[in-house]
Amino acid sequence: MRSVVAVTDRVTETPSTVTLRFPYPPAAAPGQFVMVWLPGDDELPMSLSYTDELSKGVTIKAMGGTSRRVQAIREGDPIGIRGPYGNRFDLSPKRVLIVSGGSGAAVLAPAASRARAAGKTVTVALGATKSAELLFKERFRAMGARVEVATDDGSEGAKGFVTGVAERLLASEPFDAVWTCGPEVMMKKVIAAARSVPVFCSMERHMKCALGMCDACALGPYHVCVDGPVFPAEALRSVPDFGAFHRDSSGRRVPF
Amino acid sequence: MADLAVRCAGVNLRNPFLLASGVWGESGESLAGAWNAGAGGVITKSIGSVPRPGYPNPTVETYERWGLLNAMGLPNPGIDEYPREIEIARKAGATVIGSVFGGNAEEFARLAVRMAATGVVALELNLSCPHAEGFGTEVGGTPADVERIVRAVTKEVSIPVIAKITPNTNDAAGLAVAAERGGASAVSAINTLRAIAIDVHLRRPVLSHGLGGLSGSAIKPVGLACVWQIFEKVSIPVVGVGGIASAQDALEYVMAGARALEVGTQVTFEGIGAFGRLSRELSILLDELGISRIEEAVGVAHRAGSVPRD
Repeated sequence: MRSVVAVTDRVTETPSTVTLRFPYPPAAAPGQFVMVWLPGDDELPMSLSYTDELSKGVTIKAMGGTSRRVQAIREGDPIGIRGPYGNRFDLSPKRVLIVSGGSGAAVLAPAASRARAAGKTVTVALGATKSAELLFKERFRAMGARVEVATDDGSEGAKGFVTGVAERLLASEPFDAVWTCGPEVMMKKVIAAARSVPVFCSMERHMKCALGMCDACALGPYHVCVDGPVFPAEALRSVPDFGAFHRDSSGRRVPF
Repeated sequence: MADLAVRCAGVNLRNPFLLASGVWGESGESLAGAWNAGAGGVITKSIGSVPRPGYPNPTVETYERWGLLNAMGLPNPGIDEYPREIEIARKAGATVIGSVFGGNAEEFARLAVRMAATGVVALELNLSCPHAEGFGTEVGGTPADVERIVRAVTKEVSIPVIAKITPNTNDAAGLAVAAERGGASAVSAINTLRAIAIDVHLRRPVLSHGLGGLSGSAIKPVGLACVWQIFEKVSIPVVGVGGIASAQDALEYVMAGARALEVGTQVTFEGIGAFGRLSRELSILLDELGISRIEEAVGVAHRAGSVPRD
């Protein structure tokens, strides 16, 4: 069943991402997602970027046509919400490295926030195409996380992919866990660099029902909607799909 | 322990619980997963001639644990790409039944030949999807349609053909009789019941397609009635489907006349563990009732005497 709620806040985070916040009391944990219904248009899975008690939030990148229409939503507009669905990050590790590519920070920020509130040490390797696209940089800093930046064009921090920053940090400092979200090629590199440090990846697949029925989000033997979205690296190691292909809305395999 | 193995439509099944078409089945790994979890067999997503994305979301609405409304719109990768998924399931050892849907008898026959060539043990014809324009109920809603399509298919393939018929009619048994006349080896009943959900805040249907099909516990008594009536009219086996969530539900279907069963919505709600649980619990229930083989119970409710009156 869905709730129809009115958007209370609309925040432009970067030129390509916007956050929508709305009242939604069901309990949710960092890592989980909701299905967001734009009446008359589509319904999409979105990771929660805010998991407060009474209100929730999602942060959307303008990619497909519908994501762009999500961005066009104004404060006061009605949207349908169901969920939260899926699993969550294990927040128990003491020293966490977060590796975020692009809009991956949307799901990682609330996890970092909870970890910091519990007194954990959080280091964030934050990557984006350019300085203006670094998502939640100030939010991470405000919660007391150390943020190390990489941009593809070198407009801020290290020039190049964020994996370079992650590799350097993992080689020089001890961590108890790595949480990562971003392009799958990036996450594969992070897993390789982490060696014996456990890595948890937030995965994305085309999703329709979010109930574990339709098979659209099949990932090897898993369904991202109910078995994920957070997967330990060892679960992904034997999945040929990982970093190689996803499925389109008809179920055809599409290479990345 | 009671024996759960059944022989249905010429196919040996290690237990009667088949993964229903439409649940999982887009990927070979998912089919293999259901088999490894203990399903007696797996039925693929309904496959058509070309890739089909299905309807936009919302495509589902849930009602606690008693019902699931969906209008997926028959999404599938198409018959050219799908055989590789079947191959994955077959390599895992699964007993795979291939479901196909077409817009007319000729398309059904072409698809059936292609599907049979993948090595599936039987075909299930989707004559009953309640929400796809030009397919399902729209082409298989009358006895004449059913007979023509089934005959076109059985002329072309040598493996058993199961006709899945609709409950959205006043004569499901008539459709089953037509399927038998067309040469079907079995009929499965029922597909989902046509249904709709309305959002009162937005004053519009919830599903993008408007109408959808209802499954789950809510429809069990309807499915049972269809199986009951069909059993009295045909001599081919009946595959019972609709709201099977417990061993008791399963045995009710068997006693009404079902020889095999399909489980879908319960797998969605409970997860892959549903198959193992249903088999374990059915075995225990049969032991309690003194039934040593599930096949002994097929249709027994029809043999009950009438209640004496004074």
